[in-house]
Amino acid sequence: MAFDWQGLVVQGLNGLASASSLFLVASGLTVIFGVSRIVNFAHGSLYMLGAYLAWTLTAHGPFAELGGFWGFWGAILSAALTVAALGALVEMLVLRRLYQAPELFQLLATFALVLIVQDVALLLWGPDDKFGPRAPLLRGATEIFGARFPLYELFLIAVGPVVLGLLWLLLHRSRFGILLRAATHDREMVAALGVDQKRLFTGVFALGAGLAGLGGALQIPREAVTLHMDMAVIVEAFVVVVIGGLGSLGGAALAALIIGELHAFGILVFPRITLVLVFLVMAVVLVLRPQGLLGRGAATAPVAAPAPPLPGPMPGPLRWAAIAAAVALVGVAPFLGDYPLILLADFSVLVLFAASLHLIMGPGGMASFGHAAYFGAGAYAAALLFKHLAAPMEVGLIAAPFAAGLVGLLFGWFCVRLSGVYAAMLTLAFAQIAWSISFQWVEVTGGDNGILGVWPSGWARGRLVFFYLSLALSAAGVLLLRRIIRAPFGLALRAQRDSPLRAEAIGLDGFLLRWIAFAVSAALAGLAGALFAYGKGSVFPSFLGIPRSVDALLMVLLGGVQTLTGPIVGAIAYAGLQEQLARLTDCWRLVLGVVILALVLFFPRGLAGAFRRRDA
Amino acid sequence: MLAVDGLQAHYGRAHILHGVSLDVAAGEVACLLGRNGAGKSTTMKAIMRLLPPTGGSVRFEGRDLDGLAPHAVARIGLGYVPEERRIFPDLTVEENLEVGRRPPRPGQAPWTAERLYALFPSLGAMKKRPGGRMSGGEQQMLAIARTLMGNPRLLLLDEPSEGLAPVVVDRLAEALLGLKAEGLAILLSEQNPGFAASIADRAYLLETGQIRHHGPMAAVMADAGLRARYLSV
Amino acid sequence: MTTPVLQAEGLTKTWGGVRAVDGVSFALAPGEMLALIGPNGAGKSTLFNLLNGQVRADAGRVRLAGDDVTGLPPRKLWRRGVGRTFQITATFASLSVAENVRLALLSHHRRVFSFLRPSGDLFAEEAKELLDRVGMAAQLQKACGVLAYGDLKRVELAMALANRPRLLLMDEPTAGMAPEARQALMAQTAAIAQAEKIAVLFTEHDMDVVFGHAARVMVLDRGRLIAEGAPEAVRADPRVRESYLGKQG
Repeated sequence: MAFDWQGLVVQGLNGLASASSLFLVASGLTVIFGVSRIVNFAHGSLYMLGAYLAWTLTAHGPFAELGGFWGFWGAILSAALTVAALGALVEMLVLRRLYQAPELFQLLATFALVLIVQDVALLLWGPDDKFGPRAPLLRGATEIFGARFPLYELFLIAVGPVVLGLLWLLLHRSRFGILLRAATHDREMVAALGVDQKRLFTGVFALGAGLAGLGGALQIPREAVTLHMDMAVIVEAFVVVVIGGLGSLGGAALAALIIGELHAFGILVFPRITLVLVFLVMAVVLVLRPQGLLGRGAATAPVAAPAPPLPGPMPGPLRWAAIAAAVALVGVAPFLGDYPLILLADFSVLVLFAASLHLIMGPGGMASFGHAAYFGAGAYAAALLFKHLAAPMEVGLIAAPFAAGLVGLLFGWFCVRLSGVYAAMLTLAFAQIAWSISFQWVEVTGGDNGILGVWPSGWARGRLVFFYLSLALSAAGVLLLRRIIRAPFGLALRAQRDSPLRAEAIGLDGFLLRWIAFAVSAALAGLAGALFAYGKGSVFPSFLGIPRSVDALLMVLLGGVQTLTGPIVGAIAYAGLQEQLARLTDCWRLVLGVVILALVLFFPRGLAGAFRRRDA
Repeated sequence: MLAVDGLQAHYGRAHILHGVSLDVAAGEVACLLGRNGAGKSTTMKAIMRLLPPTGGSVRFEGRDLDGLAPHAVARIGLGYVPEERRIFPDLTVEENLEVGRRPPRPGQAPWTAERLYALFPSLGAMKKRPGGRMSGGEQQMLAIARTLMGNPRLLLLDEPSEGLAPVVVDRLAEALLGLKAEGLAILLSEQNPGFAASIADRAYLLETGQIRHHGPMAAVMADAGLRARYLSV
Repeated sequence: MTTPVLQAEGLTKTWGGVRAVDGVSFALAPGEMLALIGPNGAGKSTLFNLLNGQVRADAGRVRLAGDDVTGLPPRKLWRRGVGRTFQITATFASLSVAENVRLALLSHHRRVFSFLRPSGDLFAEEAKELLDRVGMAAQLQKACGVLAYGDLKRVELAMALANRPRLLLMDEPTAGMAPEARQALMAQTAAIAQAEKIAVLFTEHDMDVVFGHAARVMVLDRGRLIAEGAPEAVRADPRVRESYLGKQG
């Protein structure tokens, strides 16, 4: 049998090159987490900024005039340094105020930065892809085992180990580095020894941001600079950091190597499921070794957020206002045009979607970064039944929650064992697996083209009827959730969140409670997904994408997790704001990001909390 | 030098300190004696503001510590050695000392790694060993040395003899007497009065978050009834 | 002779080469109050956690009313009649006092997996009775998150009594309370234990509480039981003095 050694070597080298780039980004992410315990969602944005800045600096200004070797590398390094300074600025202006806040609020703040950077980049650099210059002296290719291999890729392969070595030196030979390692293990003791943590944190953000910026800047000779670089890289970097162990530099290097090679060889062996493969590895690692390959588990136990006192019943006037608004909505609907009706149907669906996530985030006390998986599962269940069995809407709407609930049972069995950041990352991994299946299993799902023609049954095809249907089913779903929360099961669910120790001591099985809640939540998200599919007449992989998961998360967090009112208000506010902003300005992300930041910094209890009295 | 007045502290909702008052003069070794759970560690943490007090005041050389962050408390000259030692396990002996290093204080000979290796010879023999691979006694020495690198004016030493073999305790007492001879003020906490008696000048007897008695160490040692009441069963 | 409620046989646990608990055996009779004391690092918490199911023993057995329950998790021990209170109170902060106790009752009666029925009125009477016994009936509707610490301890006790336990394990029951309130809580506990023939094992560092309420005292030092018996006998034991005060004492 002729074996293609050449191909294997080249694939292996490709894997090393991408591992190297991944490591640059992931190392910054992991160093930042180690010291500050913040998972920086905006790390991908810093990477993207590094690339854009490098492109600008090589094309304009003093480095462009200088040109040649020094011009190119001067631009790359300046870009990295500028991003480092930006990182320090972000730490000083935003994150410094959030170290005491719950983990989720930190994530929310860094996600707001993602939105802001997206629009800033759009404003500064425009929507077109940018192509950087080739690197001087590294333009050509070399021959390895008879195959041509680009010099620049070889150079990138070397960059990873060199940066790892430099970081090692920094961490072991400089006072700053020694303080970083000490703080990674025990921040409080470092403070008790007289070290001002603020400067340490600013320093570590600058370092991490600089690494991300360098990673981005180094990409310009090999790929176009686009506005999508941020999300693509942050997900990969999360995977690397979680597999390696949050806070472990060596772990990040090892995991980058694994993921880089998995990508390279996965294409040869399992061309159909490369994407699934990566997230599957992450899921397996998290289940078998939750702290990651080289992680040592949280040295300082995560500080449990103080349980909020039970909010009182909704103030009378507010309750009546809400009921009046609902009645008015039903009454006014017949006089509305198609567009407002479509919008209102969408809002109803989003309310159910957000409310379903609230069950596990609020009473359940878990975070899901991948709730779109169940929304999408419901949507695809309905669409697949239609496509393969020509099932009508009625069947689809009944089957969808069951399908999504089953997916929730399967994924939840793994996810509810973990807590905090790890649980959030595992839910994200499962959602990405689901997304990869919808994207890559083209024969069944239609891949990127989706499934079209998934329309409601004849009687419900009118915009008005469909709105009423959406409203009715969503309201039913929300009322069901409300009942569950108030039933003994809901009481027990809240109890295991408040004090796992006490729950166990009175005979409650926390795992079982969380697992069932996860499945119920998934089922109702599935119903929302199916409604959404019929409303749009089609289903696409984007239904399960990260942005949709993040939407749900934002809606719940904006509204506040304490009460069921929260996600409802949050969903309407978020969707409405997005809709209005998109109409008023091209920079809706920028405005939304600023609004979220303001909310996180000034209204940590969420919108619904802001309207309530502070204490029951 | 250190004046603690009516200190109150809560751990969550639990009320641990019910108005602790004590003082330590320059060059003096004072000792907080009490059973486990009496509030010794909490007093130390509240003075360092690692657990912000809920009432009372702490003054150090006339300065009110209210509102300071722990690192600022450390910088003005309070050195804290926690009960659990809290050595950075991945860092070597040298590196642990480096974390504690602060600029010298005027009128005070600065501590250097070399001076500390002379004080604790066993540390000098294992400069490159990670903190996590040291015995309990060695870790205790390192914890004290690490804090001394900050050139403190007063040392808060929380139960240094706990869990150590008698030989090691003797060596520790010797080292602490050396520090005392150099004029360093120390607030020690102990539940075992035998060790404290060898270095402390005065004692405060702590029970359920309150000072029940204070007086010269020798007087406490001479009063078996007092010790039985507050320290034994 | 009646079967002991709790019986430990040669319990041993090693942490990183150190024997935290080293061959500990004892028995506890119905209605008896037994205090476990010892200096810092004696192994009290480890022994306690071996008994309550939170930590697995390397060797030895735990028997509950004669049945071997070694290695059972805390929630299964609750089903067999073990109630617990914690050193740092553990209640459900966002639930009201009544809900806390009602949930314990719901769990005892296996009614937790009910999804649609409002929980509002289930076991309300029983919960009120339990709370009345610990003197908390006046604060039924308050959220536990806003209660005074001493009151939280009482709610915990009421929850621990919800499964009609035969054994109460109390870890530092009066820690963090105002000194005056300590005696009252323990007197209440003792009265209930007496009336219901509940055996109580507690650790405590307030010696007034120990000697005021324990019928028997066990002293642990470096993982071993060094003394056991009536309070006054333990108090007079020279080994106990030495373990607390050191040799020179």
